[in-house]
Amino acid sequence: MKEEDRLQERPPIEDFLRMDRIPHIWCPGCGIGTVVTSFAEALKKSELDLDKVAILSGIGCTGRVAGYVKLDSIHTTHGRALPVATGLKLANPELKVVVFSGDGDIAGIGGNHFIHAARRNMDILIICVNNFNYAMTGGQVAATTPIDANASTAPYGNFEYPFSLPYLAEASGATYVARWTALHLRRVTKSIQEALGKRGFSFIEVITPCVTLYARRNRLGDGLNLLKYYYEKSEIQHGADTRTLDISYQGKLIVGKFVDKEKPTFLDCMNEHLGKVLGDKYQPYGVYHDGD
Amino acid sequence: MKKVKADPKGVLTGSHYLDGDYAIAEGALAAGCQFFAGYPITPSTETAERFSERIPTIGGVFIQMEDELASIAALIGAAWGGKKAMTVTSGPGFSLMMENIGLACMLETPLVIANVQRGGPSTGLPTLTGQQDMMQVKWGSHGDYEIIALSPDSPQECFDLTIEAFNLSEMYRVPVFVMTDECVGHMHEKVVIPPAEEIELVERKWYTGPKSKYLPFKPDKDMIPFMVKAGDGYHFHITGLTHDERGYPVINAECQDVCVRHLNDKIRTKADEIIRFEEDKTDDADVVVISYGITSRVTTRAVRKAREAGLKVGTIRLITVWPFPEKRIKELAKKIKAFIVPEINYGQVVIEVERCAAGQAPAIPVSHCGGWVHDPDDIFKAIKEAAQ
Amino acid sequence: MTEIRFSGFGGQGIIRCGLITGKALAIFDNKHATMTQSFGPEARGSACSSQLVVSDDRVLYPYISTPEILISMSQEAYEKYEPELIEDGILIIDKDLVKTKPPRGNIKTYVVPSTRFAEELGNRIIANLVMLGFFTAITRIVSPEAMKKALPGLVPSRFLDLNIKAFDRGYEYGKKILDEEKKVTKKKVTKTKK
Repeated sequence: MKEEDRLQERPPIEDFLRMDRIPHIWCPGCGIGTVVTSFAEALKKSELDLDKVAILSGIGCTGRVAGYVKLDSIHTTHGRALPVATGLKLANPELKVVVFSGDGDIAGIGGNHFIHAARRNMDILIICVNNFNYAMTGGQVAATTPIDANASTAPYGNFEYPFSLPYLAEASGATYVARWTALHLRRVTKSIQEALGKRGFSFIEVITPCVTLYARRNRLGDGLNLLKYYYEKSEIQHGADTRTLDISYQGKLIVGKFVDKEKPTFLDCMNEHLGKVLGDKYQPYGVYHDGD
Repeated sequence: MKKVKADPKGVLTGSHYLDGDYAIAEGALAAGCQFFAGYPITPSTETAERFSERIPTIGGVFIQMEDELASIAALIGAAWGGKKAMTVTSGPGFSLMMENIGLACMLETPLVIANVQRGGPSTGLPTLTGQQDMMQVKWGSHGDYEIIALSPDSPQECFDLTIEAFNLSEMYRVPVFVMTDECVGHMHEKVVIPPAEEIELVERKWYTGPKSKYLPFKPDKDMIPFMVKAGDGYHFHITGLTHDERGYPVINAECQDVCVRHLNDKIRTKADEIIRFEEDKTDDADVVVISYGITSRVTTRAVRKAREAGLKVGTIRLITVWPFPEKRIKELAKKIKAFIVPEINYGQVVIEVERCAAGQAPAIPVSHCGGWVHDPDDIFKAIKEAAQ
Repeated sequence: MTEIRFSGFGGQGIIRCGLITGKALAIFDNKHATMTQSFGPEARGSACSSQLVVSDDRVLYPYISTPEILISMSQEAYEKYEPELIEDGILIIDKDLVKTKPPRGNIKTYVVPSTRFAEELGNRIIANLVMLGFFTAITRIVSPEAMKKALPGLVPSRFLDLNIKAFDRGYEYGKKILDEEKKVTKKKVTKTKK
């Protein structure tokens, strides 16, 4: 490549972003943008037809992702990205549907949808950015806040047991489960790329710094300090038993790919079952073949 | 507006003996609805049962969701995935749907929700009738928006108006509600389903221009924006936030004004085209009874008796409850003694009649709290008192 | 306009009785027929009923208040609903399941061993069809042809013939009862003449 071409070349991520919406709203040091970069990277590597990829978010800081990514994108209500995604996927099964949202959205207000979408093995990829608190509203305690961590609505520290999201995902029926931190960007990219190539309910948790609220309130320093924490305390254990993945305050972070299996999806099951019971009368639904 | 004939696959042509709930499912299938998401709730569940039984041999999806929040959310996804979508529910489930009814309005998403009303508030009377969600359907989600609500008075109309609901939802890109009740929902009567070629459907207002020029919320000449579906390469963005024509969030008062006015005005300015009601013997009437749904049938009996007694009484049966036939009520108010408004609630639509009458004629409620349909004599007595 | 109540206990096919009769009238006999049913926990196991309003014109009030015809297939249902039957109404009961009180007003009571007949035909589950046949013969409110035409879709197709047999059994028995009634009336008339 000639030097001038290189200079004129836009950063590859621009193809995946709505540049007319940049700058984004995320704080300096926030980890969400880096996960979006990984997603864009993975999307590119996956060589999927971008016309056939849709992205949905709920509400919250991560909920804004759908607004920045140049795909068919729906910014839904709080917690409801998954059921909207379910409707979208079932209406147009040729789509690769990705839900990109935060821990509050997916495991808090949307927790019921999460376990049921996993139970059905709905063919959806979830990228869940976990920053241990409700950031958009000012750093309230979440279903993922480690015990003893301080939050604006847990001013004396949190005493509720948090969810371990990979455990919840696997127990509910997910066929792909991974956890990484914002430090493991290449691993995040690889996981997303892998999951994009899979059929079934895939769940990727990415632990990211919320510098403005979680870190400040807990006097954990800036983004770099948090990345240092991830560096020192994270341990890659592929295939780890998801029952062992609890996160304590500033404690060990077991990361890796924990689940990767094949299982018929909701539509596979529907088509197979109804075809078996109803025979020729059944109208198979959403079955695409090459050349269709 | 492009009209097409119904696909015979979903049309169960013939005479049937169906309850209102089943008739709603048949109406949806005849209208080409291929996506139903719902959650069981009495007295609406039979619609979901019927749809789940019928759809596998027609082609489409039935999914029982984890709750009503998810059901309505799934409809929004399905509509943007290109399908006609519907759900059915009753009071408690309807309350749960309110947030995403707002999202559907904000995203200008065509979909149909049937509410087989039961007595409320709260769990109330699961198995007994009510017309108590008539204001909730109009005002239940937060913010200013407009919807269309229809009220069938029989299983036959459950069928007919469900088709109409789909047509209106496509025409105006708005959620449309079939507001029936337990009595009609569980009442069996003859339902005639015409041949497919006699059922006219409004096709979605698909965008056909250049891909890069597509704006999901740019009003067309008729105020209704064009629609696309995910997967067709438009890379659209839609959000529940206040947005501009591109669908991009713009958080300021100016954009709010344009966005919210549009959501309301696209219905308000078309109210005359949307509104349907039946008017009878109002020419020389002293009293006009305004009713809807099952109550209008009981009203007919009361009004017959009143006429036999020599009372000058006319009727208006609302088929569209929202938007409300404000103009006609205003005209009538100038020349009659009183409106009588029987409804199976403690006074809801009567407030709207009162507003429209604006002091020119009283709007007298014949209310009860639900669980039964009116005794026609109660309506008769109210007519008699008002006429004197 | 005629108001009819079918009653019994849950599991006897009481709702089905209303559906079959309503369908027969509305689809095949060109009448208006509106069927409603009691819902809720009380409809399961204990007294259960379906109501039918039959009319030449559109039915305006869907519920019944003073039925002209009451069919009772259980004691509990009989006791619950008998008081609302009009003074010159028709009461139809299962012989072995209902013990009647002394007659009230000019109510005409007709008795059929529907459950026993059904058992003789091989399955007590079709007692409701025996009852419907009997009801059709006695009341003549609906044609037997329409009733039979209404059956497909409302009874399991593999039991259609059995259901028709049950209907016929009840219908024939009803006609026999009516014939006997006529003879008795004639006798009475003859007696008076003498």
